Amino acid sequence: MNGEDKGLPRAMRVVVPVLVGIVFLGMWEAFVRLGNVPPFVLPAPSLIWTSLVLNFDSLMGSLWVTLRVTLAAFLLAIVGGIGLAILFSQSRRIEMALFPYAVVLQVTPVVAIAPLVLIWVGYDRVELAVLILAWMVAFFPILSNTTLGLRSADHNLRDLFRLYGASRWQVLAELQLPSAMPYILAGMKISGGLALIGAVVAEFVAGSGTGTGLAWRIVEAGYRLDIPRMFAALFLLSGLGIAIFFSLSWVEHLLLRRWHESAVRREF
Amino acid sequence: MTEADAPLRPPLLTLAGVARTYGNGTVALAGVDATIRQGDFVSLVGPSGCGKSTLLRIVAGLIGPSAGDVHWHTTDGSRPADIGFVFQDATLMPWASVLDNVFLPLKLRGIARDKARPQLMEALERVGLADFANAYPRELSGGMKMRVSLARALVTQPPVLLMDEPFAALDEFTREKLDDDLLALWRSQRWTVIFVTHSIYESVYLSERVLVMGARPGRILGEVAIGAPHPRGPAFRRSHDYVDHCAAVSAALREGVAP
Repeated sequence: MNGEDKGLPRAMRVVVPVLVGIVFLGMWEAFVRLGNVPPFVLPAPSLIWTSLVLNFDSLMGSLWVTLRVTLAAFLLAIVGGIGLAILFSQSRRIEMALFPYAVVLQVTPVVAIAPLVLIWVGYDRVELAVLILAWMVAFFPILSNTTLGLRSADHNLRDLFRLYGASRWQVLAELQLPSAMPYILAGMKISGGLALIGAVVAEFVAGSGTGTGLAWRIVEAGYRLDIPRMFAALFLLSGLGIAIFFSLSWVEHLLLRRWHESAVRREF
Repeated sequence: MTEADAPLRPPLLTLAGVARTYGNGTVALAGVDATIRQGDFVSLVGPSGCGKSTLLRIVAGLIGPSAGDVHWHTTDGSRPADIGFVFQDATLMPWASVLDNVFLPLKLRGIARDKARPQLMEALERVGLADFANAYPRELSGGMKMRVSLARALVTQPPVLLMDEPFAALDEFTREKLDDDLLALWRSQRWTVIFVTHSIYESVYLSERVLVMGARPGRILGEVAIGAPHPRGPAFRRSHDYVDHCAAVSAALREGVAP
């Protein structure tokens, strides 16, 4: 929220981007129609819409598959990331021993391990393989942010807790976790998007399996040169990513609005 | 409450040769001897780097002395379990309301919030913030935050209150008001206060005794007894007595500075 935005009415924040979107789509439509661009190069937005309506059932089914995997990977990343970070915060030794391996998990490209994971899990359980791969991508930002957050509790407050004889558990629950909350939420915002990216990339590599996600719809449409359908799937993916991001921003706002600088609306 | 009856009060804490050396060889404190009596209001005054905060943290038990002995005159010779500590910053939990911040010491002791409520409200009333129980720290001014910090330190009704330059970051008006409020509370509750400050004026205004400290290495240079009667108010700040005491503390401080 920059200084110059202060006077902007709330409605404008929605109206302006929507207008930009409409103008953009209009120019796209005009460009395709006036330039006679063939639909297998660039389909017009109207054609993409038609394709979306025609393939609504199969695309929505795929959207659900992708959403399911993404959310499951994301939730497991939250549990695993925060859990491991708490373990790290309790013992420097454990952190020292394990953190490098967490980094290995992060820096290894998911595309490179996908075939291996797929073999281990079995081709009959592709969705599980995709889930594992998406989790691997989403897990690290939460781990590293939470680890940092748990460590950045105010030192004087720490002393105060010691002075009052607080137990390890009380320090964690009453001081470290609340202090880490803004960090955890920032990590979650990154991870939410990464879980989706992981799910899509993993599905590209792993293939269809039983459930077919949006990624596979894109591959499929590519094979058939059904570009409007490809765009329709692409739009749904972007929409999903945007929805995840804004839901997490909203959760962040709800949790931090009373106290954290990042979420406080200044009235002067 | 005057200088004359001070020696009659039993000792609470004796420091004998308390020293503290940091890992890099810096001597923060070199052999401090002092006795704090029950109900004392003692200020530690000195320039930055004289180890006054270090001494306070040793008294609190947050760090140990490298040498020397901190002896509490309690039944078992250890620090009283109830001890109030006020930092230079209010050090509040930004995610918790004023009430929950004051509740912290009791919560950590496993007392239920509903049961503690009357005690919490009383602590807030004492510092004049009863109407702000549900406010969040960011909604308060610096002086009000400091009052919350004070209420939190007092909520367990500790026999000892340790204050580490508590009002140093506040503007002068707020600071004088808080000094007066602190004195009024001290007079009614009679806990023992050890008050670290770098303000000569504040130390003279508040204390029964001022321990003057010097730096490099940190040590006690001398002691100035402030015999002025209570209540102290604006008139005391303008009295000859006040000015004389300030001059005495100032002179003691100068002795510690190498020419």
